[in-house]
Amino acid sequence: MKEQLAKIRAEAISALESAKDAADLDALRVKYLGKKGELTGVLKMMGRLSPEERPVMGQLANDVRAALENALEACSQKLEAAALERRLRDEALDVTIPGKPVVLGHQHPMNIALEELKDIFIGMGFTVLEGPEVELASYNFDRLNAPEGHPSRDWSDTFYFDGDSRVMLRSQTSPMQVRAMETMDLPIRIIAPGRVYRKDEVDATHSPMFHQVEGMVIDKGVTMADLKGTLNTVVEQLYGAGAKTRFRPHHFPFTEPSCEMDVQCHKCGGAGCPTCKGEGWIELLGAGMVHPKVLEMSGIDSGTYTGWAFGIGLERMAMRRFKIADLRLIFENDVRFLEQF
Amino acid sequence: MKLSRKWLNEFVAVDAGDKEFAEAMTLSGSKVETTEDLGAEIKNVVVGRIEKMERHPDSDHMWVCRLDVGKDEPVQIVTGAWNIHEGDLVPVALHKSTLPGGKKIERGKLRGVLSDGMLCSLGELGLDERDFPYAAVTAAALLNDYKPIDPEKPSIPAGIKPGDKVYGPVICAGVANVSSAGDGKWECTLIRTEDDSPCATTLVTDCQNLHQFDLVAYNTKTNAVCTLSDLRAEQREFPHCINDGIFVLHEPCRPGDDIRPVINADDRVVEFEITPNRPDCLSVIGLAREVSATFDTPLTLREPVVKGGGPGVLTELLDVETPDPDLCPRYTARMVRNVKIGPSPKWMRERLRSMGVRPINNIVDITNYVMLEYGQPMHAFDYRYVKGGKIVVRRAREGEELTTLDGNVRKLTANMLVIADETRAVGLAGIMGGENSEIVDDTADVVFESANFDGTCIRKAALALGMRTEASAKFEKGLDPLNTLPAVNRACELVELLGAGEVVDGVIDVLNRVPQPRTITMDPARVNALLGTDVAAADMYQYLERVEIHTGDRSFPDGPAQVSVPSWRGDVEGIADLAEEVARFHGYNNIPAALMRGQTTLGGYTPAQEAERRLGRLCRSCGYSEIITYSFISPAAYDKIAWAPDEPLRQSLRILNPLGEDTSIMRTTALPSMLEILARNCNYRSRAVKLYEIGKIYLPGGPDGLASEPKMLTLGAYGADMDFFALKGAVEAILRDLRVADVTFTACKDDPSYHPGRCAGVYAGGRQLGVVGQIHPAVAANYGVEEALYCAELSFEALLEVRGPGAVYAPLPRFPAVSRDIAVVCREEVTVGELEACIRRSGGKLLRGVELFDIYRGRGVEGKSVAFSLTLRSDEGSITAAQADEEIAAVLSALEKELGASLRAG
Repeated sequence: MKEQLAKIRAEAISALESAKDAADLDALRVKYLGKKGELTGVLKMMGRLSPEERPVMGQLANDVRAALENALEACSQKLEAAALERRLRDEALDVTIPGKPVVLGHQHPMNIALEELKDIFIGMGFTVLEGPEVELASYNFDRLNAPEGHPSRDWSDTFYFDGDSRVMLRSQTSPMQVRAMETMDLPIRIIAPGRVYRKDEVDATHSPMFHQVEGMVIDKGVTMADLKGTLNTVVEQLYGAGAKTRFRPHHFPFTEPSCEMDVQCHKCGGAGCPTCKGEGWIELLGAGMVHPKVLEMSGIDSGTYTGWAFGIGLERMAMRRFKIADLRLIFENDVRFLEQF
Repeated sequence: MKLSRKWLNEFVAVDAGDKEFAEAMTLSGSKVETTEDLGAEIKNVVVGRIEKMERHPDSDHMWVCRLDVGKDEPVQIVTGAWNIHEGDLVPVALHKSTLPGGKKIERGKLRGVLSDGMLCSLGELGLDERDFPYAAVTAAALLNDYKPIDPEKPSIPAGIKPGDKVYGPVICAGVANVSSAGDGKWECTLIRTEDDSPCATTLVTDCQNLHQFDLVAYNTKTNAVCTLSDLRAEQREFPHCINDGIFVLHEPCRPGDDIRPVINADDRVVEFEITPNRPDCLSVIGLAREVSATFDTPLTLREPVVKGGGPGVLTELLDVETPDPDLCPRYTARMVRNVKIGPSPKWMRERLRSMGVRPINNIVDITNYVMLEYGQPMHAFDYRYVKGGKIVVRRAREGEELTTLDGNVRKLTANMLVIADETRAVGLAGIMGGENSEIVDDTADVVFESANFDGTCIRKAALALGMRTEASAKFEKGLDPLNTLPAVNRACELVELLGAGEVVDGVIDVLNRVPQPRTITMDPARVNALLGTDVAAADMYQYLERVEIHTGDRSFPDGPAQVSVPSWRGDVEGIADLAEEVARFHGYNNIPAALMRGQTTLGGYTPAQEAERRLGRLCRSCGYSEIITYSFISPAAYDKIAWAPDEPLRQSLRILNPLGEDTSIMRTTALPSMLEILARNCNYRSRAVKLYEIGKIYLPGGPDGLASEPKMLTLGAYGADMDFFALKGAVEAILRDLRVADVTFTACKDDPSYHPGRCAGVYAGGRQLGVVGQIHPAVAANYGVEEALYCAELSFEALLEVRGPGAVYAPLPRFPAVSRDIAVVCREEVTVGELEACIRRSGGKLLRGVELFDIYRGRGVEGKSVAFSLTLRSDEGSITAAQADEEIAAVLSALEKELGASLRAG
């Protein structure tokens, strides 16, 4: 009997080694460990043994059973691992095949430029103001110190809705200065982006509708030095630290002193190149100290309060930022253009 | 405004280089646009004297010239021009020279003969006859150059020789000798053969192309050499006898001299951008003041000196009336008699030309010269046409006509100012003179007008007539009334300098508004406070002094003081203006840059602005790209989107002076803009397009007669993966993101722009937010698109209003949910929306979700079968099968009862 057990053990272990899959394993399990299996067959003969031999043989038979079960388990694990490996090999992909497209929309380049600008000013404590595009001439002109007879009021330059030239399409975002002074508490720090309209035929640099951003600060003790400091900060945020600016005297009816701000040409570093038309500088915006008359017309004491304001053309800024050569692309809305941003 | 540096130097000596000059002027407020070097393209071109001329051995028309060009060795140049003679001074483009237009000249051979460069014509130097009238060429018809048009029938026989008759009194003669007779004329000895006996004639001619051995057509009757026109010949019959040739110089110059100074090509012309507040800078003197202030260099101005003494008494000759004194604050006039009209001298022509003005004749040139120099527009008219010797500056009569100098007949209105005599208008005040009083060749007596007109009146008249002139552009900005007198005197001084006439003593000067000297208060402390600077008071007064703003005693006090402002600086009115003057010369770039101080303010977006940004981001994450379209559209756009003629939204704000019909009304819908862009992209063959715009529409009836300007979110798309439900899905995503509750979509059959069976109204509760649908194929066709277009229009304001509250966490379910699928068969007309609403209504509190998963039409089903997956869950415990069955039974019973939808069998 002892020999029989040893034989079963040896046979079974050798058989397991040649098992190829789970079915082979199951067959072996039945063959050796099943109810009609060989080991059970041997155990059935236990009754013929003497009481002394029985525990010894029993122990031996259990050892064989445990050994077989362990071997079965080990073999099963090995086979599973092999099967997984095979499956993974079969499942291998050509990872260079393109992914499933996720279509994302694109922001219009001009609004990308605008959002950058807004975020910069909001960070400096400005709020964003919006206002009417169909505007009163009194806000667009009179209250901004451009009285009756000012050339910009001509019908050749400005769009009007009535024969009295009372209601118009605003030609600048500057009327928002007046609206801010009328409705807001001092001190004021606002920017006002929006559409403006001038009677220009469409070409590579002109459009009857375009966008500006107005900015204004009014407080006690506001100086031209503040204007320079703030706008320099904006330029550094837009064009990187160390971007150089210069300020030139200019004229706007609603600011005095007035200036234009140039930024040093990023391409040639000021030496002069085609990008800056040889000047070394690129005109960025117009600005100035709010004209005392403008303050007074809005009921602000120009002896106590001073302010500064600026206006910037967004299209030109976006065109420079993204190297867009033709303004018409901005309003053409060709998706092949839009998808580049 | 152009400025000749040479002319400028007459008033202020500044030798800064181009770049330095431009930068300094720009930084002090006179922005330099460009600097043009008139001779930049001319290099290595010198004056040469022709020492010897020989006919080219191998050409019937070229000459080989030997020239002295100021070097040890003469140069040899071959030319095809015939207007030159030995001894002439001519421009020589030497080997390796360049000419205007970038033309390069190099040594070469012409028909085997070496040519060391080129002799230049006026045109080749960038000039024309107006610059050098004396350089005009008159060509004789040389019979040895004759080429018959028809070789079979020559007008002049091939073997013609001296003495042969050409026609009538004209015979052939040979040139024996040519020598200069001075003053551009030539003395010429002709050999003619009469009755077989040789005989010589000497005559003086203008023709410059005669040389020894040439054959000419000689008119025995008039004793003249015939030109082409005398013979009524065509140019091609005499190909080389042309009225053009080498520019023969009659200037004080020597061989070897650089040509540029000789032809004034050594000047620099600086172009400035002059801001409208500084009309005083629209003149050489005005800019000279700025240059002097910028470089802190003295300015040399002098009063014009007029000798006068012309015949007659001015007040007897001329009378001026100004019945509309408001429109004519000042009218100053002088008279010149016995005028000799002719070209003005070279220096004057050069200056005019360098500033872009075409020379005409001495009197007209003088008025233009003074306008450029003083910035005061002037006009000269012929006294004989001033009827009654009376000048009346009056409003035009309604409908009055005047032919202006440009030859156009102008119909005038009472808002325009004219210069008239007793009976009729002779000029449009401040804009252009009349043809009826124009200076002509036989003008004898001239009236110079130097007036000051109301800027607005001139501007409006010029605009109405569409004739903005140099003069009107100046007047409209408001000129200094004190400038009229010096200007008219300067004109008279120039008349005397040019010997162009005799100036009558005295000046007529009607002064309707006497300008008062202006003084304002200068306060250095306030200027520093405004600029954020720490400039010493004395320095400030010194800066002001540079622009002739003085204290009474010209001192530089330490505190506030009264300062006087010069008459030409109408723009300086208050402390802010003085601050700008100080800043200009202190230097804008020397003002420190400070960070803002004072009370801090909280920046940020308003909730509506934040929502708009979020909406944009969401549209983009759904695959829609942003567009920006014009706010104005064509009135025809409403027809294109098939709106009914009585659609109230057709009421749009109309621009009275639009650029064109296409941009003439303010849109009350953003749909046409979107459709236009979709159609454009379709035309560009982009296959799948998804776009959105957040833009305003403009509805009449806002406050103050303005518009109300609500914003619209418009979505538009087409392409293979687009259908109604794809766009609806995007709209649903947007509404979900905004946490809008109670959203329903209702079939909308009556929006004329949309497909009647594929359009839905979008609602939140009872509030309509907009529409979504497929564009009506007929509307798409109006935009030239055959493909299906899908659009949604949502009111941004409405979206803001129905936006749900911010998120609050709800506990996650603790017990498992049970899912039951039901399929019901119903009539086709019953909508999924109705079925779903019924299920939600009838389901108890256990029903947590209803999801459509199939719609089946076909065999075994009458109508359609709609399948839903229902999710049931309780917060109290696991749901039993019995509970679920009960819930489903209730739902099915309601569906059957309310909508006739029965459980699908099998």
